[in-house]
This record gives sequence, C-alpha cells and structure tokens, in this order.
Amino acid sequence: MGRDAGRLSLILLMTPFLLWIGLLIILPQLGIGYVSLREKISYDEFSFGLKNYVDFVSEPVYRNTLFRTAWMSILVTILALIVGFPVAYYIAKIARQKSRAALFLLCLIPLWVSDLVRAYGWIVLLRETGVISSTLVDLGIINQPVEMLYNDATVVMGLVYTVVLFMIVPLTSTLQGMDDALLEAGYNLGGSRFTVFRRIIVPYAMPGIVSGCIITFMLTAGSYLTPVLLGGKNSSWFTEQIYNQFITRYNWEAGATFGVTLLVFTSFVVWLGLKLTGQSLATTVAKD
Amino acid sequence: MALTLRVVLAASALAFTIGGAEAETLRMLTWGGYAPEELIKKFEAENPDIDVEVTLSNNEEMIAKLRATGGTGYDLAQPSHDRIFAAQKEYRIYKPLDLSKIDTASMTPNLLEGVKENATIDGDVYAVPHQWGTSGVMANMKETEGVTGFGDLCDEKYKGRTSMRLRRTILLGTAFSMGMNPFELYADKAAYQDMLDKVTAKLIECKPIVKTYWTGGDDLSALMLSGEVVVAETWDSTAYKLYNENPDIVFVPPKTGALAWIDTFAIPRGGEADDAAYKWINFVLKPENVKIMSASTGAIAAVPNGIELLPDDKQKAVKAAFTEADLDNLKFFANIPPGLEDMEGIALERIKAAQ
Repeated sequence: MGRDAGRLSLILLMTPFLLWIGLLIILPQLGIGYVSLREKISYDEFSFGLKNYVDFVSEPVYRNTLFRTAWMSILVTILALIVGFPVAYYIAKIARQKSRAALFLLCLIPLWVSDLVRAYGWIVLLRETGVISSTLVDLGIINQPVEMLYNDATVVMGLVYTVVLFMIVPLTSTLQGMDDALLEAGYNLGGSRFTVFRRIIVPYAMPGIVSGCIITFMLTAGSYLTPVLLGGKNSSWFTEQIYNQFITRYNWEAGATFGVTLLVFTSFVVWLGLKLTGQSLATTVAKD
Repeated sequence: MALTLRVVLAASALAFTIGGAEAETLRMLTWGGYAPEELIKKFEAENPDIDVEVTLSNNEEMIAKLRATGGTGYDLAQPSHDRIFAAQKEYRIYKPLDLSKIDTASMTPNLLEGVKENATIDGDVYAVPHQWGTSGVMANMKETEGVTGFGDLCDEKYKGRTSMRLRRTILLGTAFSMGMNPFELYADKAAYQDMLDKVTAKLIECKPIVKTYWTGGDDLSALMLSGEVVVAETWDSTAYKLYNENPDIVFVPPKTGALAWIDTFAIPRGGEADDAAYKWINFVLKPENVKIMSASTGAIAAVPNGIELLPDDKQKAVKAAFTEADLDNLKFFANIPPGLEDMEGIALERIKAAQ
C-alpha cells in the first residue's frame, strides 16, 4: 500500500513536467524535423528527402549567416563573461550581506521591461538625431551628428546588455558557495592575487562559468529583435532568415530546415566549447 | 449516472444553441486602420445581433495565420489582390464568394475586373476590391532636387540619406527604373532570374548609399520626419500622413509607373459568419462610410469617386502627387507564379548579407 502510494505520488508529481517536455518541447521538435524533410513538388504535393538540407549547404548566403551568427554569439558570450564576472564577484564576495539583495535586484530591473522597449531605448539614444549624438554636437565635441546605429558593434553591445544578467545569476550563486577560508589559505601560502584568482576562484566558479556561457550563447544565437532593430542594413542574423522563410516566403520546409540546423549547430558549438576547455556537463552544470 | 450525464449534455447543448442565436461574432483579420472604431460602433448599432472582433496583421502574417489553422478562426480577411491566387491554390484557405450578396455595382469597374481576373480559380471568385494605393518614392523637397523614381534612392548625392524596405516591391521598382518590366518576365523563369541578378548587383552597389532598410510605417516616419533620410521608398498613404506634418515631404509617383496594390475582401474557408461578413462588405461600400474608412486608412476606396471621398487634407496630398497621366500609368501587381518568390527571397537575402 505504502509503495503504491509512493509510486502514485511520483507519477502525479512528474506528470506536469512530462506533459510540458512532451507536448511543448519534444512534439514540436519532431514536427519541425518532419517538415524539414518534406520536399515541395507543386501545389500540395510533397515527397521526402534531404533536398532542403542540400539547398541550405549549397547557398553560401545561408551558410555564411549561420557562421556569422555563431561567431558573433561567441564574442557576445566572452564579453558578457568579462563584464559579468566582476559584478558577480562583487555581489557574492565583497558586498555586505545586507546590500546583496538590493544589488541583485538592480541587475534584474532591466528585465522588467520588454525586449522591444529596451531595443527602442537604444535606438532613441544612438540614432543620428538621438540623445547622445545631439548632446555631443551641443557640447561642441563633434561638428556633425554621428550615426551610431546600424553596425555590428552596436549589435554586439545591445546583445551583451540583454544577456549579461544570465551570466551574472549562475556566477553569483556559484561564488556564494565558496568558503572564504579557501582564499585566505591561498594568500597564506604565498599566492599572488593573480595566482589565487587563476588557481582557486576560476576553478571553483567553473560550473557557474560553463552554465552561464551556455545560457548566454544559446540566448544570443536565438535572439531576433536586438540584431534586427539595432543592426539595420547590415544585420544578417540567422533567426531573421528563419522568420523570412516561414512568414514572408511561406516556405515552411526551408524554415524548418534552418531551425533544425540552428539547433544542431549551436549544440555542436556548446559541445566543442566543453571539449576545448576540458569540461563536461556532468562536472559543471549537473554538479551537486 | 448515465442519466445525469445525458441531462448535463442536453443542457449544455441547449445553452450553446441559445448562445449562438443571441449574438453572432464577425472576426476580422485586417490591416491597421481598416476597421476604425467609429465604423464598428455604427455597424454594431445597425446590426445589434453582430459583434465585431478585429485582429490586425499584414499580408504575410494573414496568410501564415490562415494556413496554420486551415482557414479557420476568422470570418473575413483582407489580403492584397496578388496574395489570393497562389495562397488559395496551395493552402486552400479561402472560400468562394457569392457575388450576388455583394453590392458590386458600387465598385470601380476596372478595379473589380482586375481583382476578379487575379482571384478566380475554376470559375469561382475569391476576392473583391476594397482599398487601393501605390508604392513609390517620397522626397523632402527642401533637401532634394528632381527626384523622379526608385533610381534616385541610389544617387550618390544622397549618400547615407536614403532608405528602402527590403521586400519584393523594391526589386520590382528597381527593375522598372532600370528599364525592365518584371511583370512581362513572370512567365519566363530564366529571364526573370537574369533580371533579378541585375537588380541584385545594382542594389548591392547601392548599399553604401542607403542609410538603413526600414521595416514598418512608424520606422519610416521617424526617419523622414527627423530629417535623417531625405528620399525613401514608401507607401503613398504613409507619405500623405507625413505631408500633413511637414508639407515639404511629398509623394513622387515614379516616372516608370507607381506600383499599385489593391487590398481585398476574402472569406476564409472556415469562416462561420458569412452573412455578417457580406453585411460588413456592403456596409463599408456606402459612400458615407467610405469617407470614414478612407480617413482612417489613408488609402483610396475602390469606388468610382474614391479620391473625392478622401478627407480634404489627403485629397490635397493626392492631387499634389498624381496627375491624370500618372494615374493612367499605374502598374498593378500581377499574380505571383509559384517559385518566383523563392528566387526573389534569395536575391533579397544576398543583398542583405552583402557587406
């Protein structure tokens, strides 16, 4: 009786989770995979095969956009780590207990506003007739208004701003678990600040660094609004091409192919990143 | 147990029937401005048994939505006339119209014929015209000189101060400005590809001159009104709105012919309120309602005196832009044969990706 009740409660507890994974994650992925294998012959006539994938590989525009998206996402991830680490370290180790919650909240505030509004915020600041440019002209620092939108640097900055929080949160929670005695022992044994940082802090923070990097990389590679709005004429981002295929060209087959490709490719990049840094999911993200 | 269940079922079935008889809902899928609050109130007052629900969208999303639901969920849609034929052939998302229920006599005959020609499959008509307008170029007259068409968007003089929308319209417009006629090449894929290659090369070469590609009317308005952009591809209705705020901004119908679109009425295949839909169509065709509609859309109604029924300020803007000869030289979008949009899509992506 007791065992049955236990099993029943386990099933009941797992049901929402399994439904969520099954209906909202696995089933749609299978659907997308299925559509991506469909080849359109004519109106309402289809056969099956890998033609969509061949088309993708043979068109340099798509390939290059995918590589460009991946490479810029890696850059954003690295920058987010460089910006996020000191913030996380400050919140977890240096700030007083009382102010921690407030600091953490400050980091969260931008997330209360939607992505779209934040992107328009940047546009208002950076456009040729925008706040920064006209202030600089008024102060006499520059003679001509300057356009700061519509280039890659702006896109990277906007993306770092959007995702840096997702780097800070896992880093903070990992660093909070670190015993200060470890740092003191390091200094007592004659380690310089750099040695302590390299040999003690970074290895300890590694689970946080890895999960933070995976989250920010995936979010960046899958973002749509920021690159499209801030990048203007030069923003070819892979998600935009997926949107174009689905919505403006009614080509669900190619759109689905791009979707599968993006998923596989970003997973591959994450795997490669783990291999190159000698980490594995078991020792970092899933660590006890 | 079985009895209670049956009673409950019967009761709920009854409730449904009664609910259905009380009020019918007309669910419209249309463009921003095409269902002004004033007209909806008036319509609901005249037909107390009908509730109007509006979803705002654009051509591509309308078709994507209807395709995803198999044509259900809406009772009236308003795609442009060149988006009926292929969408119907491919996805079967519309149902044939019963023209006897529509007051076709009050529509402009050539627009009606044009739409019918584009939207007839196996003898069934799937769309009738509602509002029309053109795509062309607008220029800030204070800062520019002698702008005549799409070609000026690539003029070295205006480096960093032009804008266009990276969609099929600019491909077609640029082709016309280079002396080609894409509509005549529709039937010949090889020739069309050849034309597209030339247009692509031209637009890539033009990229340093373009400030940015605009994506929506608001985006474009901000660029023009701030003075950051002085020549831009535009819909005429957007240009007329800007003319009200800054009379220096004028719509220029391209010398090679403005590209004209007609937004239509079509009934989705799974529509559940056909009678209400027909009532709405006839309702907005009445002259007193056309005036309210055109004030809201900024476009011209497909009725014989459509231009006179525009509000005064817009009438002035249209007359400032178009001569009779321009109106005769309109190029109406032709039905897009299958496969062409794919070719255009690749061309657009090449332009976007070029550095």
